Amino acid sequence: MRDHLLAVRSEKAPCQTTIAEAIMSSREVGPSNSASPRELTQNPLKKIWMPLPCKNGLPEKHISQRKVCMTNCPTLIVTVGLPARGKTYISKKLTRYLNWIGVPTREFNVGQYRRECVKIYKSFEFFRPDNEEGLKIRQQCASAALNDVRQYLADEGGQVAVFDATNTTRERRQTITAFAEQNGFKVFFVESVCEDPVVIAENIVQVKLGSPDYMNCNTEEAMEDFKKRIECYENSYETLDEVWDRHLSYIKIIDVGRRYLVNQVQDHIQSRIVYYLMNIHITPRSIYLCRHGESDLNVKGCIGGDSGLSPRGREFAKYLGKFIESQDISDLKVWTSQMKRTIQTAEAVSVPYEQWKALNEIDAGVCEEMMYEEIQQHYPLEFALRDQDKYRYRYPKGESYEDLVQRLEPVIMELERQENVLVICHQAVMRCLLAYFLDKTAEELPYLKCPLHTVLKLTPVAYGCKVESIFLNVDAVNTHRDRPENVEVSRMAEEALLTVPAHQ
Amino acid sequence: MLYGGQVEKIELQQTPLLKIWVPWLGIGGCKISRRRGSSVPQLTNSPTLIVMVGLPARGKTYISKKLTRYLNWIGFPTKVFNLGQYRRDAVQTYKNFEFFRQDNKEAMQIRKACASNALKDICIYFSKENGQVAVFDATNTTRERRVSIVSFAKEKGYKVFFVESICDDPDIIAQNITEVKVSSPDYVNCDKEEALADFLKRIECYKQTYVPLDDEKDRNLSYIKIFDVGSRYLVNRVQDHIQSRIVYYLMNIHVTPRSIYLTRHGESELNLLGRIGGDSGLSPRGHKYAASLGSFLKGQNIKDLKVWTSHMKRTIQTAEHLGVPYEQWKALNEIDAGVCEELTYEEIQEKHPEEFALRDQDKYRYRYPKGESYEDLVHRLEPVIMELERQENVLVVCHQAVMRCLLAYLLDKTSDELPYLKCPLHTVLRLTPVAYGCKMENIFLNVEAVNTHRERPVNVDVTRDPAEALKTIPDHF
Repeated sequence: MRDHLLAVRSEKAPCQTTIAEAIMSSREVGPSNSASPRELTQNPLKKIWMPLPCKNGLPEKHISQRKVCMTNCPTLIVTVGLPARGKTYISKKLTRYLNWIGVPTREFNVGQYRRECVKIYKSFEFFRPDNEEGLKIRQQCASAALNDVRQYLADEGGQVAVFDATNTTRERRQTITAFAEQNGFKVFFVESVCEDPVVIAENIVQVKLGSPDYMNCNTEEAMEDFKKRIECYENSYETLDEVWDRHLSYIKIIDVGRRYLVNQVQDHIQSRIVYYLMNIHITPRSIYLCRHGESDLNVKGCIGGDSGLSPRGREFAKYLGKFIESQDISDLKVWTSQMKRTIQTAEAVSVPYEQWKALNEIDAGVCEEMMYEEIQQHYPLEFALRDQDKYRYRYPKGESYEDLVQRLEPVIMELERQENVLVICHQAVMRCLLAYFLDKTAEELPYLKCPLHTVLKLTPVAYGCKVESIFLNVDAVNTHRDRPENVEVSRMAEEALLTVPAHQ
Repeated sequence: MLYGGQVEKIELQQTPLLKIWVPWLGIGGCKISRRRGSSVPQLTNSPTLIVMVGLPARGKTYISKKLTRYLNWIGFPTKVFNLGQYRRDAVQTYKNFEFFRQDNKEAMQIRKACASNALKDICIYFSKENGQVAVFDATNTTRERRVSIVSFAKEKGYKVFFVESICDDPDIIAQNITEVKVSSPDYVNCDKEEALADFLKRIECYKQTYVPLDDEKDRNLSYIKIFDVGSRYLVNRVQDHIQSRIVYYLMNIHVTPRSIYLTRHGESELNLLGRIGGDSGLSPRGHKYAASLGSFLKGQNIKDLKVWTSHMKRTIQTAEHLGVPYEQWKALNEIDAGVCEELTYEEIQEKHPEEFALRDQDKYRYRYPKGESYEDLVHRLEPVIMELERQENVLVVCHQAVMRCLLAYLLDKTSDELPYLKCPLHTVLRLTPVAYGCKMENIFLNVEAVNTHRERPVNVDVTRDPAEALKTIPDHF
């Protein structure tokens, strides 16, 4: 998620918390004087207990620390490998994952810089090792990219930067290491080694042929040229060496994940990166996401709870079963939450299913089983705060979307390991999973449209995900509430309830 | 696994203990076999045989025991089968390293027979004792031995995962020998030098025939090679979820000396009233404890101490007294008692007598209505444990149920023992890894507090009298 890192420097008293203060994910707090411990106040948005600012009304400087990143240094991930070894695929996927779990990450693709510099790509000759002019331009592009990396990590609150380039010579890698050291960044190399001609050819077909470089070529020409391009790098390629590079931190991925060599993992985030990289695969498969069938509480316009399916919900379940059968999916796994409505839905699909507590709907705490009208009536302040920052807002005695994402991380990890899976879940949960697959920001996530009785079929393709939306033709209430215009605490009830969907 | 059917009316019922929805088969319908591990999906089917590989004193037994402890805690029944133990049972007295000489035919026979017996026991563990993972802790240094294990496993339908530990640092090896070998039953009648000398000769016996897992020849096996106590890893062909978890765990543990301090928050206002859960602040005595805790920590002079709390007021107030930075983890929040939040035990007995009885029947798996179970807690705490493994000196300020779960992991307690572990208020537990386990020091900081520990009553029947149910409730205001 593109989270903001904001040091709290507000002059306000704590009860007038600004959005900025609320957004600050203050997991780590500075020291107090043990003789007079600080009073605590609960931040109204995130329901986090924080020490009251003291001393002349000025707040203490909080050491803002992100949840996942328990290091203070930013991390520079450097890809290594010949062309068509999956470096960009890995870079993009890893970036998407890290952002989703709350670590601000950005990728910097040197090829992109080169395309902006050299408007028209002629042929592989640009990459010849003896092409002085070509080399000069490529060096400049790498420098420009590193410059942007520095800006992102040092000035823009980025936590991880992925430097996506071949970086196939020791010399280049030394330059990068020196750059990182100078700037106080940790470095982690991700090398992809593969000699399987089938895999390489498939890569070229999937992502290279459609590249801007080959816009005006036919398939054979492009294929030929790209192969020659790879050859330009081959002679000078120095793989990460067990002895020479034993002090570097890296993971070497061999043959698309058959084997891994992991060296000198320094900290938590690198450990998580390694774990993630070791769980992803590229075997073609599809992920089906849908919500439970319409429930009795849905019909009433109530949120949460643990009710059963309405008659239309049961109808949907039946159609879902038929739909799944018609798709003729090999080895389908079906996952549900532990709430009655998803399990009832799964019962109609004649495939064994697994119940995951982690897939349970967001806990609305004191607002469980209330209609939006009731929430406005009993908790108007909470209702407004939620509209102000729906991602970070935590229900009293409940959860936030941010909490949900953390809860769902093991589900995502297992989804990565699996092949064909149908996940029958809930609105907020499905939004979180969808945001992961479609690379949506924290701002977009809580407003993603996940209507009842609609199956989303996600199929990884090239660098992203193809989405097919299949409405199974059984009517249901709409449960999607858009962000109203007026999110002020002082707003009128009507303004708050303007976007509430119709219900019984 | 539950199977769906073409049922028009999908009737479900919620199991009273685990609060899991299962298809209702009507009166007289046969019960689907009860699912284990309700809060975690069953992600493995075949049993897994983990096979250790490596010269003596390379940490195989350390890894075996630690991994077993972890897997059991997260809900995968696991057991270690240590070949040395089988050998000690077969050959009552250990004379010297000559037993391990390559040319000692008689000894070889015995050792082979022991290996065979161990594998037989593994079979029984999987087929009759519901085991899911077995760790075969032996040197397994020859290709021949490993090939025979692989065919044994193939025949039985077990998955095999090798864990090889490679280390040539003489300091580490000497340290290992001192820590765990010198005090082994083998050397009960020797002094330190004799033991060390003999053990080094023992290692030599294995070195001659040691064939490490090979990049080429063993490319179809699933394994992890650990180099130099974790500075490097080679991972080959991870087959499934459990192997992926094992690899992740092994890559996060370390052997650097350190201590873990566990404590609950200071006594809270709700504690005083005998109420469970909630999010109240500290009582005056609770504040006093927190201040004492601060002094205690200063006295301990701990290097680079990390302090973790939950998101609940009482742990944060406690940490505020310590004068050091702390980190809040939502995962460390107390068990959610659902509809029973902020009730006294007397009120729970009055309002939910059946729930109260069910909880006493199986406290580990019992889930509060709209709340959690200890089993759910363990699942929630797994990332905390993983990070605890990565860290060095840490103080965790948490809650009774949470502390019981963490303690059970560190001290290898079963799920039956876990919910009844004693974690009184105002007491710090200092845990220091030593040899194959954990040394524990219990430090009461001399500030009085209520007792919040409720023992399992004798009568756990749903039909019991309120008096029987309330027999073991601790005093409160």
